[in-house]
Amino acid sequence: MGLHGGQFTTMRIPIETFPLDNGLFVTLSEDHTTPIVAVNLWYHVGSANEKPGRTGFAHLFEHMLFQGSAHVESNEHFELIQRAGGTLNGSTWLERTNYFETVPSNELALALWLEADRMGELLPAMTQEKLDTQRDVVKNERRWSVDNQPYGTMLEKMQELVFPPSHPFQHSLIGSMEDLSAASLDDIAQFFATYYTPDNAVLSVAGDFDSIEARRLIEEYFGPIPKGKARPSLPPMNLPPVFGSPRREVVYDNVSLPRLFMAFRSPIFGSEKYYAASVASAVLGMRKGSRLHRSLVRERQIAADAGAFTFDLAKGTDILVVDVTARPETDIARLEEEVEREIDEIHHNGVTESEVKRAVALIETDLLASLQSAGERADRLSMFATYFKRPELINEQADRYRSVTAQRVNELASERFGKDNRASLIYLPKEGVESEQALAAAADAD
Amino acid sequence: MVTSLRPKPGPARSYHFPDFHDEMLPSGIRLVTAPVVKLPVATILVVIDAGSTNDPAGKEGVAALTAGTLLEGTERFSGADLAEKFEQLGTSVESGADWDSAFVKLTVLSEQLEEATRLLGDVISSPVFPEREIERAKAERLAEILQLEMEPRGLADEKFSEFLYAPESRYSVPDEGSTGSVSTLSRQDVREFYGSRYRAGATTVIIAGDITTDKARALITNAFQRWPAGLVANRPLIATARTTRKSIHIVDKPEAPQSELRTGHVGLPRKHPDFFPTLVMNAVLGGLFGSRINLNLREAHGYTYGASSFYDWRRGPGPFVVSTAVQSEVTAPALREILLEIDRIRGDRISEGELLLARDYLEGVFPIRYETTAAIASALATLVIYDLPADYFESYRKNVRAVSAEAVLHAARSHLHPDELQTIVVGDARLIRGAVSDLSAGDLHVHSS
Repeated sequence: MGLHGGQFTTMRIPIETFPLDNGLFVTLSEDHTTPIVAVNLWYHVGSANEKPGRTGFAHLFEHMLFQGSAHVESNEHFELIQRAGGTLNGSTWLERTNYFETVPSNELALALWLEADRMGELLPAMTQEKLDTQRDVVKNERRWSVDNQPYGTMLEKMQELVFPPSHPFQHSLIGSMEDLSAASLDDIAQFFATYYTPDNAVLSVAGDFDSIEARRLIEEYFGPIPKGKARPSLPPMNLPPVFGSPRREVVYDNVSLPRLFMAFRSPIFGSEKYYAASVASAVLGMRKGSRLHRSLVRERQIAADAGAFTFDLAKGTDILVVDVTARPETDIARLEEEVEREIDEIHHNGVTESEVKRAVALIETDLLASLQSAGERADRLSMFATYFKRPELINEQADRYRSVTAQRVNELASERFGKDNRASLIYLPKEGVESEQALAAAADAD
Repeated sequence: MVTSLRPKPGPARSYHFPDFHDEMLPSGIRLVTAPVVKLPVATILVVIDAGSTNDPAGKEGVAALTAGTLLEGTERFSGADLAEKFEQLGTSVESGADWDSAFVKLTVLSEQLEEATRLLGDVISSPVFPEREIERAKAERLAEILQLEMEPRGLADEKFSEFLYAPESRYSVPDEGSTGSVSTLSRQDVREFYGSRYRAGATTVIIAGDITTDKARALITNAFQRWPAGLVANRPLIATARTTRKSIHIVDKPEAPQSELRTGHVGLPRKHPDFFPTLVMNAVLGGLFGSRINLNLREAHGYTYGASSFYDWRRGPGPFVVSTAVQSEVTAPALREILLEIDRIRGDRISEGELLLARDYLEGVFPIRYETTAAIASALATLVIYDLPADYFESYRKNVRAVSAEAVLHAARSHLHPDELQTIVVGDARLIRGAVSDLSAGDLHVHSS
């Protein structure tokens, strides 16, 4: 497929895919409207692949990938891309890690070469000193985004609550301070050799490039990297469709407003039923016209905010989360009761066609608006290629959402929104003696 | 083996910011259209000269409350009905006010653009501001303030502004108002603010995306026919510093695992002639990942996850601030390194390598910033709000390239004022107080949070 006149003639983006001999899966998508190009790599490894006692390792490792490789100095990756006028970053999730750059299109070779150098030859650049510094950086990231942030522990508390012990999704993504301290250079070498191999990665390039030239560069830079050895497989991840009985955990934290996260096991990302779950989530919590906003924020005025989202997990089970923050005067028991009532309502009586239409229309606009960005296109191509080996799914999303009917949402709601599939994680303000003492101490200090 | 030969860049393809058309409609509304036909979407952004600096004294937050409740009901439809109508079109309207303007914006598939525009014009021309929705919006703002006060980052930002500007400056109180000011706002205040400021002469409509200029003109002329004419002068802005003596304020959070740190002073207005040299200077100091402050605090010392500096560009002189969060134990050493970096960039010319890094980055990243219709519309809004020349975007990269190391040094010496730095630390006073006071970075004040 190609583009004509530099425009998308339809809403489908062009896709070309090919594998290298070493197993690297490549997807290309041309668009010449702006002279920029996005390079995006997904490694099919995340916190789920960590060994016991090494929580947080996948993410710490992501930091180490910016500390240089055989032909690149520490932090030079950042510098070279920024010098080229590009943007870049990386991120770690439960089941994947991604690295991405968007650069002026005449700098495509640089971005590809930098990614190839660290995929091929990271280890010569690794030192104890770099590991120690990045360990401190990550510990500060944990303090900043988890420990010193209201509700910042939500993700790890939720993982603990909804997954059984020893399930790969159960432990903390950012990791414990203790485990971060224990990570060694040997761990780095082993993790790299096991997971950072071309046959465990997907490379996507989107934007302004010449397909023949891009292919030549990719073969030249990534071709010589040897294929990996067999990777340990993840333990069985399948779980029953429902928890079996309600779960509830209360966390007392430095927060001013009570907040309820209610989670449900839901169909895995990409499955037929996932789309119904995604629409159900939008009916409940997407924007002001959603049920929870209308009823709890606008009409009853017991919530300051209400939303819903899915984790989009592609293995075992996905998790759908309803997120409601109380007004200061709202008692948590009342909030829980009202949210339960809304969930009972959708569970028993389902949704209307009009609600589905609203949800699908909003999702479709967001989808299309996001595809304007080369980085987003590349990232989604990598995602669909990594999870399903089918990057072209990017062009099928709008149709899959449009084919969701109220009946399918109702089946989902009936199966997944019952009392046997609710896990509530509740944040309440720390109260009592402890905080009063703290206030008195602060007053003395003034 | 991956080749050790570093690739050289190929010939650069030229880039132009999207062409746009800027005109005054007979109604007095200014219309800016940027036809961009990449995907079938469009963004409408309505900018009204009714930002928070126009809040009357004691009514801080009224601009934000007015913009925030603009879509909450008309004679015919309730706020809930309106949300439903827009969302059935696959869009939702965001409205609010910042320091310099009120804005209303939406992004929609082009096939729904006409209907969405018609609805939008109708709604914002005849809002009724129901009492119940005003009171709800106030309660939500008060809840938000409560949350902010528990959040170290938000608290640090808020306290920084409070200690930076003179109490009579609008900038000393959050743009959406404080607990004290928001509690006193009434429906009458909102209606008066709307009635006086939401007028054709104060309004610009920006449309970017899959639409022609002629079509946009017809749509907007039709949708805004009930918009009243006129323009009211802006309130004079006071933006003086609270003090020119450097000082340190510790806002005590016992047992906080980290200190949120802000240090800075009153900066420059957006239209300052030294904008470009100052932009490049700040990029080298703390604006980029590879800036001096970030490399020092994060990569050399591992004190933090990230540290940056920026000028908050507004019509009036917004703050210049260095911002980071560090482990409590290293609060004083981290602050010392920041102060050293400010002194260092004022001391000597930056290296050629640093100058090129900053310029090449700002120049190269320019097209990446304008990939979406929403980003293009926002960019055009800055032209309107800050009254920048029509060729601002076309000459941006030339202006960045023209900045020399000498100009950067001059900007650093003229626009960084180490003797006036106000430092805010939200953290555990017991742990950090001693070491911080030894820095002699100004008079020390400790506050309970």
